[in-house]
Amino acid sequence: MSDYLFTDSEWDFATVERTYKAIEDIALNDLGLDVYPNQIEIISSEQMLDAYSSIAMPLMYNHWSFGKMFAREEALYRLGYSALAYEVVINSSPCISYLLEENTMTMQALVMAHAAFGHNHFFKNNYLFRQWTNAEGIMDYLAFAKRYIAACEERYGRDEVEAVLDSAHALMEQGVFRYRRPPRPSKGRIEEKRRRRAEYEQEAYSELWRTLPAGIEPPAAPLTPDPEDEFSGDMKLPEENLLYFLEKNSPSLKAWQRETLRIVRNLAQYFYPQRQLKVMNEGCATFVHYTIMNLLYERGRITEGSWLEFMHSHTSVVFQPEFQDRRYSGFNPYALGYGMMADIRRICEKPTPEDRDWFPEFAGKGDWMGTLKDAWANYRDESFIEQFLSPMLMRDFRLFGLHDEASASTFKVSAIHNEEGYRDVRSMLARQYDVGSADPNIQVSGADLKGNRTLFLSHDMHRGIPLHNQTKELVLAHVERLWGHDVKLEARAA
Amino acid sequence: MTHFVDRRLNPKGKSLANRQRFLRRARAQIREAVQKSLKDSAVADIGKERKIKISTKGTSEPRFRLDPRASGERDFVLPGNKEFTPGDTIEKPKSGSGGAGKEASDSGEGEDDFEFTMTQEEVLDIFFEDLELPNLVRTTLKETPNKQWKRAGITTSGSPTQINLVRTMRNSFGRRLALKRPTTADITALEAELDAAERADPVDVEKIAALKENLARAISKRKWVGFIDPIDVRFNAFTEQPTPTSQAVMFCLMDVSGSMGEREKDLAKRFYMLLHLFLKRRYKKVDVVFIRHTHDAQEVNEQEFFYSRQSGGTIVSTALDKMLEIQKERYATADWNIYAAQASDGYTQSGDARHCVDMLNELVMPLCQYYAYIEILDEREMEVFASEESGAELWRAYRTVAAEWPNFATKRIAKPADIFPVFHELFKKAEVSA
Repeated sequence: MSDYLFTDSEWDFATVERTYKAIEDIALNDLGLDVYPNQIEIISSEQMLDAYSSIAMPLMYNHWSFGKMFAREEALYRLGYSALAYEVVINSSPCISYLLEENTMTMQALVMAHAAFGHNHFFKNNYLFRQWTNAEGIMDYLAFAKRYIAACEERYGRDEVEAVLDSAHALMEQGVFRYRRPPRPSKGRIEEKRRRRAEYEQEAYSELWRTLPAGIEPPAAPLTPDPEDEFSGDMKLPEENLLYFLEKNSPSLKAWQRETLRIVRNLAQYFYPQRQLKVMNEGCATFVHYTIMNLLYERGRITEGSWLEFMHSHTSVVFQPEFQDRRYSGFNPYALGYGMMADIRRICEKPTPEDRDWFPEFAGKGDWMGTLKDAWANYRDESFIEQFLSPMLMRDFRLFGLHDEASASTFKVSAIHNEEGYRDVRSMLARQYDVGSADPNIQVSGADLKGNRTLFLSHDMHRGIPLHNQTKELVLAHVERLWGHDVKLEARAA
Repeated sequence: MTHFVDRRLNPKGKSLANRQRFLRRARAQIREAVQKSLKDSAVADIGKERKIKISTKGTSEPRFRLDPRASGERDFVLPGNKEFTPGDTIEKPKSGSGGAGKEASDSGEGEDDFEFTMTQEEVLDIFFEDLELPNLVRTTLKETPNKQWKRAGITTSGSPTQINLVRTMRNSFGRRLALKRPTTADITALEAELDAAERADPVDVEKIAALKENLARAISKRKWVGFIDPIDVRFNAFTEQPTPTSQAVMFCLMDVSGSMGEREKDLAKRFYMLLHLFLKRRYKKVDVVFIRHTHDAQEVNEQEFFYSRQSGGTIVSTALDKMLEIQKERYATADWNIYAAQASDGYTQSGDARHCVDMLNELVMPLCQYYAYIEILDEREMEVFASEESGAELWRAYRTVAAEWPNFATKRIAKPADIFPVFHELFKKAEVSA
């Protein structure tokens, strides 16, 4: 008697649920993953496009840039240039995964293993996510942000709000705390604040306000002074978080504009870990789905046909074109991440003498799941590559390093995948994934508050690379709008 | 604990608000692009969904970027080495495209133009933004003016389909409370009490009698205090309100004679197509009358007007005759705003131009709110007749009409690109009227 979960490519809710149970069993009992509760939602392709265009969040305030993204994605999709993602997963608790209704049953199984267990485990366990993002609160916060922005639009006009959002978006990458934890009010204080806000709303609510003729407004909420929010008079300089600085110190912003900056800043901070974990996050999810699907196959739960379909899609996901290939557009995080994780398993199970030299701590120890879980929990892309990229994988990818000097007309090959080059190539690649050195290092260095209120920014150049001139001017115009006075940016050779 | 949620039935178009914001933001660029795309589309495609390519100017989202091409140095890793050994050099790619080039430019490059699809609605919105029929007046209310049903509060009488349940139940509840109508729970409680009293060992006859009386009173009270009483019932009230309408008729006169080549006819048709779409979209109550003429004029339907071919000599005045005839028959000036648009290549039988001018001055213009004359030239002619004064016979003749009547407009079109600006000028929203 066959024990197949499904034999058809069509899916229905009963099959999806049965398959989910089987996957869950393997994920929790065989692999020992630790996940947030799952919520799985089936959506149509149009909804998937929607989800894309609001940076994959189910709730988002309205802004034209999301409409632009939607228009672009829709055009690409309609022309057939890009396929839709099979899934979108949101780092929240419960962890929400969107499955596309057009997927076959095999794909639904693959996607559940990938998103609901792979990504989910990573979200819950990686130190960056644990420290910096608040999975329980994000949905509430987004709902608040959406309401707040909508209310501002109603009260102050769409153009006003749009202008502030434009400027804030331009500074999103400079709106994160990189080196210190964001000052976060304690849970009790948040509760207190929420209670005060609700209380005020109750007190201030009056049926009468609804009957006022248009144009007359109910009195604005009083600015409840908050000792931690207030500008204390002494700016802590230098400040790397431009949005934070402007929110607290800009002489020209109104209360709602500051709150808007705070919303954008909080979102930037929420997404900051994801940028540092692209390779690991996708690698983890891909490795998990690969392992689970193969176990399902080995245990006779999915058919050979379904396994082949899965392998077809898996191999195209982890395909890495070579640099001269027309399809090449940088490293494929799925390929690199999955490659490294599969390699760690190999080193644990069947190490070569070379692996024993390079990775004495775990080569041949057999406990691949333990090693991987440790890596998933305690590393980010940069350190993960620096620590775990093996010579074998460098040979497989045929990695080579180039040295680029702007004044030269050629690139110089500085290291390749050979005995002398392994360490250099590995460090170079790790550096490439260091968000801190890929983003320009811009800080607020001072503000002439007693004089003409000029704001001074500084750009510490890394290895002599300047800012792109055109975009610099455009972004500075946005800074000036938020600051309200002149802004000067000075480049400093580091 | 896992939830499966089927979201497919959720309302679509969640990003519509964002899309509208984007279109609004990119308005200027989009309008330019729409006009450009109009130029090279076939007559029948004017109102269709279309692909729009706009530059990202105005919708750019600048960020601070590093520019490693300007100066400085860096290292990076690529996959797929086949022939290189340390010390080799590779030519830098020129710009943008191709293998290493993409990697090399990951931080400096701006965004490209981008292409997206606009729906027919969106395209037409942009086409007809700021346009209106000039001098439109509210004509007298006819005997059967348009009526609209409007809400008029709550009444005590009406048809059962218009019962306002909420109000009715609220009244009923209030009345039941005020009159202390026993609830079913009260009755069951009384019954239970009576039942218990009857079963009690030393039977208390007095108590039973009292309870029975209570119960009977409660039951009868329930009868005379009804659950819903006619006085509770409320109905939604509606009243009819006459709404003034402005009716308009547009006469489209087109010369399809032999002198009009395919190109000229195509231009004229495009103009009318735009006009037709504009009227259909903006005004609910606009009649359009299509008249085409050679040496003889006919009223035709939309289909024939735009798509059929005919040829012959040219007598423009026949079209004016036809128009007057139809106007007398069907469109009394008291009830209708009358508009006319005429397209021609400017040639007519000698002497006819004079006749046309007389007809216009004496018969047509007194009736019309607005009369637009579009002359279709070829590009060579356009250069020859660069000044407004010079032109073919009809043009010169019509200039005299224009001098006399402010609501008579003349324009010339030589290439598809002219259509939109001319159209726009003819139907521009008058600034004072707003």
